[in-house]
Amino acid sequence: MSTSANLLMTLPEIVLAVGALALMLVSAWGGQAVTRAVSWVSVAVLIGAGIALIGPASSGGEAFGGLYRADAFAAFCKVLIYGASAVAIILAPRFFTRTAGDDLRPEYPVLILLSAAGMGMMASASDLLTLYVGLELQSLAAYVLASFMRQDTRSAEAGLKYFVLGALASGILLYGISLVYGFSGSTVFDQIATAYSATGQSLGLTFGLVFIFAGIAFKIAAVPFHMWTPDVYEGAPTPVTAFFASAPKVAAMAMAVRVAIEAMGPATDQWRQIVIFAALASIILGAVAAIGQSNIKRLLAYSSINNVGFVLVGLAAGTEAGIAAVLFYLTVYVVMTLGSFLVVLQMRDAAGQPVETIASLSGLSQTRPALALALAIFMFSLAGIPPLLGFNAKLAVFNAAVGAGLYPLAVAGFVASVIGAYYYLRIVKVMYFDDPAPEFHKDGSVAEGGLIAAAAVFVSPIGWVLLAPLGVLTLSAAHSLF
Amino acid sequence: MIQAIAFYLFAIMVIVSGALTITSRNPVHAVLWLILAFFNAAGLMVLVGAEFIAMLLVIVYVGAVAVLFLFVVMMLNVDFAELRAGFARYAAIGLALAIALAAEVMIAFGAWSAGGIQLARRAAPIDPGVSNIAAIGQLLYTRYLFVFEGAGLVLLVAMIGAIVLTHRERGGVRGQNVARQIARRPQDATRNTQPVVGQGIDL
Repeated sequence: MSTSANLLMTLPEIVLAVGALALMLVSAWGGQAVTRAVSWVSVAVLIGAGIALIGPASSGGEAFGGLYRADAFAAFCKVLIYGASAVAIILAPRFFTRTAGDDLRPEYPVLILLSAAGMGMMASASDLLTLYVGLELQSLAAYVLASFMRQDTRSAEAGLKYFVLGALASGILLYGISLVYGFSGSTVFDQIATAYSATGQSLGLTFGLVFIFAGIAFKIAAVPFHMWTPDVYEGAPTPVTAFFASAPKVAAMAMAVRVAIEAMGPATDQWRQIVIFAALASIILGAVAAIGQSNIKRLLAYSSINNVGFVLVGLAAGTEAGIAAVLFYLTVYVVMTLGSFLVVLQMRDAAGQPVETIASLSGLSQTRPALALALAIFMFSLAGIPPLLGFNAKLAVFNAAVGAGLYPLAVAGFVASVIGAYYYLRIVKVMYFDDPAPEFHKDGSVAEGGLIAAAAVFVSPIGWVLLAPLGVLTLSAAHSLF
Repeated sequence: MIQAIAFYLFAIMVIVSGALTITSRNPVHAVLWLILAFFNAAGLMVLVGAEFIAMLLVIVYVGAVAVLFLFVVMMLNVDFAELRAGFARYAAIGLALAIALAAEVMIAFGAWSAGGIQLARRAAPIDPGVSNIAAIGQLLYTRYLFVFEGAGLVLLVAMIGAIVLTHRERGGVRGQNVARQIARRPQDATRNTQPVVGQGIDL
């Protein structure tokens, strides 16, 4: 295959990388003054990368001798990733300008673009080498973003914590990769699958599998490797937290699905145990630990742990329906989470400073009824209450688990989701039945208001019209893996 | 014949400069001997046909690591007499390490003479007609081009991150304005006067 055909399949990453480099030059010369322009151009670059997915980038098959795979699965994940990244860029400038001390610098959108390029590599990786380089590109940009507010000690702490634990996770993952490479003789997923399907599989391959899944669990913040999540989500600037909770989750899950199905498909019985344990532990711990939280960002961090558990239920099924359910759940989850964080961004006291306590939401239904309604919709949806879309997502993953014969997992997950409903509903109760707290600063932007409304409509019963097209898309994406 | 002479030249120089590295009293001299040892090791690598590793040794070890050592040694006021005071105390551990290393070298030599490990599935089998720099280059810029560029982006992100997190505008710093320096003409900067003798000058 010619180099140009190979490069054409990686067009989205090329668009992102070239765009990021050009914008880096602009921001190096323009400085602080060009931040807004760079932000909007970055959003345009992300849209351009999304458009570049049409054609060989979503259907071309293998590129670079098996290092990279351009298929419907990668394209679906990339659309989600680019969308979430664009939202993270759009909601940043207002947050930073209204927070004293630290202004937004143009490097913020540039780093998100580079991170998106890395996430695209993760979603398309069909070789351990591509996977690792993509993961590092994504993580390294994320570490910097976490400590982007230099004046804020919590932000610096979040960045440092994320960096140290992320480096540890990368080390564990690399150790697993080295074992798998050593015992299978290849880093290409197809050939690793051949090694796993051979009879009399060596112990080294099993160890490699365990280490790789431990590293992945770190990256998707699944229990028992979730400890960093609440601290990092609380300390990082809110737009960055919204980014962490959405795009990198999708990318890490895409990577997990690819490794599980493409590279270790023949060893499904082995990784299924790990995934089932992580799924149940995440669902239960995410639900129980969230009950005592008084900070909304910490609560949403535990909520993301909880949701990753449900996504893993779909992966545990290991079937085409399971992967389709994973993709559907991720789509709904990203919208719900971004919506919730957009509401959190509106929480500001009279002086315009951000507040993060759940108590400050008291009586929001009387002071800001529309905002309260939106947050209530997101919370009901996250709790999985019909007729909101969060219910359909949970139903899809449990259906897939039942379809694969994992009845105990489905029952346990269903029971645990009831625990989770408690703390989501508590927020609704605080907003609707408590005495009003001081009113929030009213300076909502049109873009943020529009995004909140769009997200709320998507997860509301009106979103049911999207079920059929989403079902077709997720199934065709999942089908490209098998 | 010439190969044998070159080998013994390089090998003896490596051993001698290695010994001088650990025995010289002046730490700066020690680092300089170390650099000489690296150069000669690179020569040995060239002799066995591993020219890529030889170049890496010169560029990475001599160019970066050793120079870094030199800076550290010269800038930090390390009291080497004090460091050396514990020599007798740690001699036993040092000896044990040396024996372990020697044993490993012997095992490695034995394994090497029994033939190399057969890797199951090589991504790119080695073509005997191609020099190893060309072989690495062909792989890096064709098959692994995408990952190679990705690694480049990782380094770029690291650089951007370091600058974003640490660089801040400081007031009162006199930066160099090259354009202003070039645009400055002699008549703006100097003045011709004819002072009267005995009256002094106005400045």
